[in-house]
Amino acid sequence: MSAATVTPDARIPLRGHLRHTGALVRRNLLWIRQDPESLFDAVLMPIVFTLLFVYVFGGSIGQALGGGQDQYVQYVVPGLLAMMSLTMAQGVGTGFNQDFNSGVMDRFRSLPIGRGSVLIAKIVVELARMLVATAILLAVGVLVGFDITNWGGLVAAVALAAAFGSGLMWVFLTLGVTMKNVQSVQAMGFLVMMPLQFGSSVFAPPSSMPGWLRAFTDYNPVSALADASRGLMTGGPVAHDLWLTLAWSAALTAVMAPVAVHKFRTKS
Amino acid sequence: MTRIDDYPEAAKSAVTVRGLVKHYGRTKALDGVDLDVREGTVMGVLGPNGAGKTTLVRILSTLITPDAGQAVVAGHDVVRQPRQLRRVIGLTGQYASVDEKLPGWENLYMIGRLLDLPRKAARARADEMLERFSLTEAARRPAGTYSGGMRRRLDLAASMVGRPAVLFLDEPTTGLDPRTRNEVWDEVARMVGDGVTVLLTTQYMEEAEQLASELTVVDRGKVIAGGRIEDLKATVGGRTLRIRPADPLHLRPLAAALDELGVTGLATTTVDAESGSVLVPVLSDEQLTAVIGAVTARGITLAAVTTELPSLDEVFLSLTGHRASAPQDAVPADTREEVAV
Repeated sequence: MSAATVTPDARIPLRGHLRHTGALVRRNLLWIRQDPESLFDAVLMPIVFTLLFVYVFGGSIGQALGGGQDQYVQYVVPGLLAMMSLTMAQGVGTGFNQDFNSGVMDRFRSLPIGRGSVLIAKIVVELARMLVATAILLAVGVLVGFDITNWGGLVAAVALAAAFGSGLMWVFLTLGVTMKNVQSVQAMGFLVMMPLQFGSSVFAPPSSMPGWLRAFTDYNPVSALADASRGLMTGGPVAHDLWLTLAWSAALTAVMAPVAVHKFRTKS
Repeated sequence: MTRIDDYPEAAKSAVTVRGLVKHYGRTKALDGVDLDVREGTVMGVLGPNGAGKTTLVRILSTLITPDAGQAVVAGHDVVRQPRQLRRVIGLTGQYASVDEKLPGWENLYMIGRLLDLPRKAARARADEMLERFSLTEAARRPAGTYSGGMRRRLDLAASMVGRPAVLFLDEPTTGLDPRTRNEVWDEVARMVGDGVTVLLTTQYMEEAEQLASELTVVDRGKVIAGGRIEDLKATVGGRTLRIRPADPLHLRPLAAALDELGVTGLATTTVDAESGSVLVPVLSDEQLTAVIGAVTARGITLAAVTTELPSLDEVFLSLTGHRASAPQDAVPADTREEVAV
């Protein structure tokens, strides 16, 4: 080991990043195997929400839509896909915050790996959980009468939800790194999530909402995602909402990913 | 900016620290620390809670960046070459830094992969490390189910997966029972035998004595003493004699006799009634001989005479004139709750 004049720091090649991310994905997947109950939310949430909304609100909102419960199923299942992407994204923040309570983060940060790998691995695993949740949502949806008219569109809708979800995950990862404890991450996540989720076209068409709220739902990206999914899965105009959602996903990732990585890098 | 070339000793030095400063708000966690660890040696950094030990280790292992000063580990600058540096260091923190949900083997395999070992090599290295740290039987159990000592051994194993040139051990035995502590000491001694350079922080003089060849004493972010352990012990007046008379009834007369002798080291003669012995601090071999002579002159039969190292408190008392306690007004800089700013 000879002392030398300072040469520039080594760069990590792409293959290295992939290898590191792979090792960390494996870690997070092993957690699930070790503790299968951690999948409960991904399994139960779509079942509970679908049944709840379809059978509690389905009749009356369906009527307002000019049909009945059947019409509401067509409306709400794509909406729930959007909701799922929001809820699963929120969960990644709390999980990441918990990681800091063990010394293992210090270990990671003292290893020659890109800081982003730790975060990307979290996102990859969370997206896998989201796919599980989506599969169950669609299965339950079909059981209660959801009619998929466009299979290609369905795949596109799921991909869109995943893209939007991963964009949001950077926001929640940032919260997870910055906030002191799991409770505050949860509280913060809840505060962000509730208005986005309900102040949108996810559960009911905004046409009957008061003007100020409609203004909010119109700009709410979750509405765009829900409307785009609806169009893709059951037919209807999609272009505007599709581009809007993609733009939001790209913008969230472009802005929040560097912030999250920076916060993670400099957390002392 | 000073270059490491300006320090001729850097060539033989595995860790070189110059003027290192780290502030947390108004608290100076490190206030201009200089330190040299020669290759293949063990440096003990001794100090009380809040002295800045953990801050030092966190800077040297690139977890935080210093506000000023320079640090070079195994030839790599901590600020400018963190990635190269991370490849040649191992870190075992105050809290076991392993994934408690993962089995021991998976922890080590993961670290092998993160250190760019090919799959096969990572598998072999995980097996080898478990074997070496006597954890093979627990390989498939989640680390969370391990005992304190096993977890610490897994932690050490994890630090060794990458065959580091420099190993940082931050209070490696804090919170362990004496038996487990001895186990960890043995492991550390073995690693040193393999030629690893070790920087270890501790609050215990005994631990420093056991493992380190050189010592740096820190207090409130500053180095207050340093050098070879023997020299330092001579400076602080070294030892306490523990004398146990065969007949417990002789305890008080013995203490009185020693008081009369007037040997005063760092503290006064005290009676430890529980163990039935008298504690006499001595500064020199002459004093030690005088004490034994006085005892013999009284015709008191002794059951045991042992010498003990000074405690951290005594070391501090003699070096700084105050006890080894964290400054009350300061936020402990070493806590991991430190938030990003």
